[in-house]
Amino acid sequence: MNILEVNNVSKNYGSLYALADINMTVGDGKWLSIMGPSGSGKSTLMNIIGCMDKPTSGSVILDGQDITQLSLTDLTVIRRDKIGLIFQQFHLVPYLTALENVMLAQYYHSMVDEKEALNALERVGLHARAKHLPRQLSGGEQQRVCIARALINYPKLILADEPTGNLDEANESLVMNLLHQLHQEGSSIIVVTHSPEVAKHAETTVVLEHGKIAQIIDNLK
Amino acid sequence: MLNKNRLFITKTLLSSLIRRRSRILVALLGTAIGATVLFGMVTLCYDIPRQMGKAFRSYGANIIFMPAGSHATIDLNLVNAATDLIPSTQRIGVTPFRYLAVRSNVVPYTLVGTDFQQITKTSPYWLIEGQFPSQDNEIMIGIDVANYAHLSIGDIMPIAGKSRQNDNFDQIFKIVGIVKTGKTEDSFIFVNFTKLESLLQEQNQAEVIELSISAPKEELQNYIAKVKLNFPSIEPHLIKWVTQSETQVLGKLSSLLYLVTSVVLILTMICVATTMMTVVIERRKEIGLKKALGAENRRIAKEFLAESLFLGFIGGLIGSLFGLLFAQVISREVFGSSIVFEFYLIPFTILISMLVTVVACLMPVKQAVEVEPALVLRGE
Ligand SMILES: Nc1ncnc2c1ncn2[C@@H]1O[C@H](COP(=O)(O)OP(=O)(O)OP(=O)(O)O)[C@@H](O)[C@H]1O
Ligand SMILES: [Mg+2]
Repeated sequence: MNILEVNNVSKNYGSLYALADINMTVGDGKWLSIMGPSGSGKSTLMNIIGCMDKPTSGSVILDGQDITQLSLTDLTVIRRDKIGLIFQQFHLVPYLTALENVMLAQYYHSMVDEKEALNALERVGLHARAKHLPRQLSGGEQQRVCIARALINYPKLILADEPTGNLDEANESLVMNLLHQLHQEGSSIIVVTHSPEVAKHAETTVVLEHGKIAQIIDNLK
Repeated sequence: MLNKNRLFITKTLLSSLIRRRSRILVALLGTAIGATVLFGMVTLCYDIPRQMGKAFRSYGANIIFMPAGSHATIDLNLVNAATDLIPSTQRIGVTPFRYLAVRSNVVPYTLVGTDFQQITKTSPYWLIEGQFPSQDNEIMIGIDVANYAHLSIGDIMPIAGKSRQNDNFDQIFKIVGIVKTGKTEDSFIFVNFTKLESLLQEQNQAEVIELSISAPKEELQNYIAKVKLNFPSIEPHLIKWVTQSETQVLGKLSSLLYLVTSVVLILTMICVATTMMTVVIERRKEIGLKKALGAENRRIAKEFLAESLFLGFIGGLIGSLFGLLFAQVISREVFGSSIVFEFYLIPFTILISMLVTVVACLMPVKQAVEVEPALVLRGE
């Protein structure tokens, strides 16, 4: 069973092809890295998989469901129920505390549970900073809040767009450890990264160039 | 269980209001100023014609009571009852006139008894040299009388005549004032109303009553109809030239005011809407993020709706208070008197201000919500 199947997906902005005829599959519980130069279409692909954007052509099957046929409202529901998002920029609501930011994801998903949200923050080592606003946190801490938020609803698939791009080494290994834990718990993970070190954590690495798959590397070999 | 969610979202809304203080203050200031202008202008729209109406009363009486049918005089008790039909705030003045044919050194004159206190109200345009009679032996003469008989202030004037009972009187009066109106008053001699009554040996009757009432033409006509119906011995007349010009000028003034008010209101509403819109547009990212977290459009719209309703309410409330102050200051500066406070204008202002903030807020929210979150989140 595959959590994700991408079939002949293209995305163009006018005459510019951000993605051209992409085909790939991700098995249930697998970890995939996406690498490639800037502008090669990594974020574009992640946004399409994450139900935040639609391809120009082709189909995406997420957990057995063709999401390219769905309306924006239905996409919102899928995103909420199946996907945990970690963004390239750490997007947090600026006027809510770390804890409230995590609880916001619970709120839109189903029901707030402060204890559970605190546990998630504890897991990313931020229990003591639960009442801090984003601007009172460092970049690494903000990214960890985003991870706590992404895992709070037990998503089947975690999408992380350069989760360590703005972090130092210490924070990077913290974040990677967290992803490993989630992976062991059974989540499927797709990570976009520029760093070969980070990419190596995955079972497979896909390299994009000019919107096409240039190479598929098996990291286990 | 659902209450937990409601509590949470209420808390986040409050956080949004408290932690985004400076932005909220800008939005609040905008709505409050808009509401101030709204409240103030609408109040003035009501008030200025009312105040101008009062000012117009300096043109003199606008209704006259005369005896009906074959009667020679009207009973003053009836007049009191008839004038009591008018609210005291609109009753500027009521002046009785009583006439008597007299002679002074064989020259015939008309002696008029009146209430000088009321004259200043119903005929403020009379030009008086000297002063009004205050003692019973004092008189005021018309300018024509003064010229004809070569009399001036301080002179003595003998006046002779007959009472109702045909008793003769011949008394000496002192001239304390000369009046000039350009009308029939110029050839009359004036004494206190009560003095004339004692000369006549008859009380509580008058030939003519002049009324000055602050009211629009329709109201005056209604009043006249009412008097005709209830007091058959009184024949009320509308002084057309006064009412006509008054109604015309007030009508033009009103339409001008409404025009200016509507233009100013539309402009302020656009300003308020723009302020609200910029404040919301700044939060496009937040909207995209909430969508990415799985919030339905409806839910996001609801959150913003609650916030804008709150802002509109508080802004409208503050604006009503300042608007009242604003109208009051203008009224005091221009007319020297207070405005009439219309209570229902407060809920009206709050409602309009809530409406404007909600519309201004939901327009950009709707726009942001319809875009795929990827686009909103990517834009720096
Ligand atoms: N909304 C858009 N409108 C026009 N062009 C776009 C849009 N979004 C992306 N692109 C273009 O599509 C291409 C792929 O962009 P994408 O963001 O996927 O690159 P990326 O691989 O994530 O790069 P980076 O490593 O710098 O994040 C780029 O050339 C970009 O300019
Ligand atoms: Mg990118």
